[in-house]
Amino acid sequence: MVKVTVDGIVVDVAPGSSALQACEAAGKEIPRFCYHERLSVAGNCRMCLVEVSGGRKPVASCGFPISNGMQIFTDTEVVRRARRAVMEFLLINHPLDCPICDQGGECDLQDQAFGYGADHSRYRENKRAVTDKYLGPLVKTVMTRCIQCTRCIRFSTEVAGVPELGGVSRGENLEITNYVEKALTSELSGNLIDICPVGALTSQPYAFSARPWELKRTDSIDVCDAVGTNIVMQARGASVLRIVPRINDEVNEEWLADKGRFVVDGFRRRRLDRPWVRVDGKLQPASWADAFSLIATRLKGVPGARIGAIAGDMCDAESLMALKDLMGMLGSPNIDCRQDGARYDTSRRDFYTFNTGIAGIDEADALLIVGSIPRQEAPVLNARIRRRFVDAGRGKFPIAMIGAPNADPTYTAEVLGEGPDTLGKLAAGELPFAEVLANAKNPMIIVGHGALTRPDGQAIAKACWDLAVQVNAIRPDWHGFNVLHTAASRMAGLDLGLVPGPQGRDVAGMLGGGVDVLWLMGADEFAVHDIGPDTFVIYQGHHGDAGAARADVILPGVLYAEKPGTYTNTEGRVQRAFRAVMPPGEAREDWRILRAFSEVAGRKLPYDTIEALRARIAQAHPAYGQVAHTRLGATDTTPPQAGSMAVAATPFHPVIADYYLTHAVCRASPTMETCSGIYVRPATEAAE
Amino acid sequence: MNALTKAARSMLLAELAAGMGATLKAFFKPKATINYPYEKGVLSPRFRGEHALRRYPNGEERCIACKLCEATCPAEAITIEAEPRDDGSRRTTRYDIDMTKCIYCGLCEEACPVDAIVEGPNYEFATETREELMYDKDKLLANGDRWESVLARRLELDAPYR
Repeated sequence: MVKVTVDGIVVDVAPGSSALQACEAAGKEIPRFCYHERLSVAGNCRMCLVEVSGGRKPVASCGFPISNGMQIFTDTEVVRRARRAVMEFLLINHPLDCPICDQGGECDLQDQAFGYGADHSRYRENKRAVTDKYLGPLVKTVMTRCIQCTRCIRFSTEVAGVPELGGVSRGENLEITNYVEKALTSELSGNLIDICPVGALTSQPYAFSARPWELKRTDSIDVCDAVGTNIVMQARGASVLRIVPRINDEVNEEWLADKGRFVVDGFRRRRLDRPWVRVDGKLQPASWADAFSLIATRLKGVPGARIGAIAGDMCDAESLMALKDLMGMLGSPNIDCRQDGARYDTSRRDFYTFNTGIAGIDEADALLIVGSIPRQEAPVLNARIRRRFVDAGRGKFPIAMIGAPNADPTYTAEVLGEGPDTLGKLAAGELPFAEVLANAKNPMIIVGHGALTRPDGQAIAKACWDLAVQVNAIRPDWHGFNVLHTAASRMAGLDLGLVPGPQGRDVAGMLGGGVDVLWLMGADEFAVHDIGPDTFVIYQGHHGDAGAARADVILPGVLYAEKPGTYTNTEGRVQRAFRAVMPPGEAREDWRILRAFSEVAGRKLPYDTIEALRARIAQAHPAYGQVAHTRLGATDTTPPQAGSMAVAATPFHPVIADYYLTHAVCRASPTMETCSGIYVRPATEAAE
Repeated sequence: MNALTKAARSMLLAELAAGMGATLKAFFKPKATINYPYEKGVLSPRFRGEHALRRYPNGEERCIACKLCEATCPAEAITIEAEPRDDGSRRTTRYDIDMTKCIYCGLCEEACPVDAIVEGPNYEFATETREELMYDKDKLLANGDRWESVLARRLELDAPYR
């Protein structure tokens, strides 16, 4: 450690730190625009000037390395004058349009001009004007406001891995541009809005709709993918107006994928806000009591084996538990949370978990991705892989993919093959990458749902496990076998046992008349039209999508923004979300609906409060006893069950056809629809 | 003063005469009251009366939906909603003032960066129902149109002191 004195305070900082980090360690606030903790140092805004002992002039602290015994002064007259002068230069070309700027109220430039700037400008000449750039439907640009901090350039190049932004010209004529008039092709482009210190890049869908001081903030968890990104829901009145990421270094750092951010305008559209009952082939509004009594009447005399339930991809652990308990009370073994038909061996938790952990990616030194495109399935996790790839240096973190030959993963990945037969070649040491894996200290293998949703999914999982054991990736201190989920509710569903019991039917078995009564909880992503014509369908959910269209009774449930809930991400981390807004109309929390119905059905569920339900969940699975996560290695290397099918040679198919339209909420969102039209459909049409 | 003088003054109604004298003096002085509503008092250019939303001379509404008046209003009487207009500019879709909540402090006018919301000289806007005092954007803009010449003059008069 290096000893540095900041304004008389002695601090110990790691060698190689910058003067700015030393100042922060001493609790001193240093104004900055271009410096960002998670990006490389540019040192071009000059706002972070400090005085250093022995120096003749102030230095930019963000890029100034510390040395032992160095003395830093952050609050001298020289520093104050320098900051005021830098601020005056920055404001020379910055328009004074704060009242119409969406960044107003949360703007670094506004705050720092207030704190460190002069009270007036001496600039009398004309200000510069810059043409706005088109960056797609999500990011709105007002480039005249840009102060050329280059954070956006560094973010898109370093974190997002799409070097589409850059600067042209120099000096006063420097402009940030995307060279060609084309929408940014990144699933993380929304983060540019957060990262821009001024109002040059703002959110297009959120434009002019609210001021930051009007918004009520609620901590929540994103359920658009299985990463469990920590988010803040910002609401005014009854509607959530925007979603921004919350910092959690273990999961999402400070990034959020575009779907999780911009899906918000689907929250109030196509909502189910009252119960509906199908009368003579047409859905009619009904009361809760009518809907419940109709279901109870229909259920009377139906044996448990003829009742089924399918849980959707966005459910919280509480409603999953209540659904399982209700089905248990009705005597039904037919319950499934795997709408995509994925196959897992659920006998041990590490057979279906991202065991290495998202933070564990930083320690890995070789990666094999099987049947997955993380860039689409988990963009934030993909950014983590990319960062590890960049930080490790050339060739230090070799990555190989099986399947997805045309996907651009944003890092260099060797495509070993297109089908699972490549795994056999790897195990036999026929491919050079086998040696890379064997020599790696902490190798990782990620199995995606492109593999697990195939009929031979379990056999592929076993082959991957065997390979992991072979390359010594499963040890007490390291677990290199990872399943990358795409559904936010899947981990909780598997943990709580929402899989068919003995002689139970899975999703495919419940279709085509396999059951007489089918309870869908937010389930829209399976072949709804294959449900048998005589099956009585109960749809409990929040959006009028495929499931609701087929339903005989609709029970209005609530969105993740409208209920407190527990979610488990792909690495098995149990996280809790809070209620941001009240549900519309007569919609109720899902577990309450199930609890209320159980009483009408005469089989009362034994919990009246969410605390009691959570205690029940903790009893069903110990990991839910507290909101926490511990990464574990494994001492038991027994492989998962291989299933009945042998590994076939057919190539892997991507599991996500359209990143922007994967669930009912984004299908109701005009923004996601626009994105799909701009990013996905042209590519699909070009391919055809 | 002895008892005899006191009695004489009382008998000769001297106090009454002095009182009537004061009355007579006031009778010929200029009047302090005015004949409202036919006559009205002089108002300062800073008088804070009924609100109005102003327009630019070309007819464009001034308000840019910055929401500073809403934020500063101590009575929380102002409600604003905004979205991009067809030409992409920032405008209000809703600008409501609850005149029954308003305390006529003038902070909205102080906060406005474009002199859009102003408190005009009109204090005669009493209504028969409370509902009529819930002003919306149309009402406020109409006020602005009706009073514009006066409002502009008042701002001009007050400008040297700002």
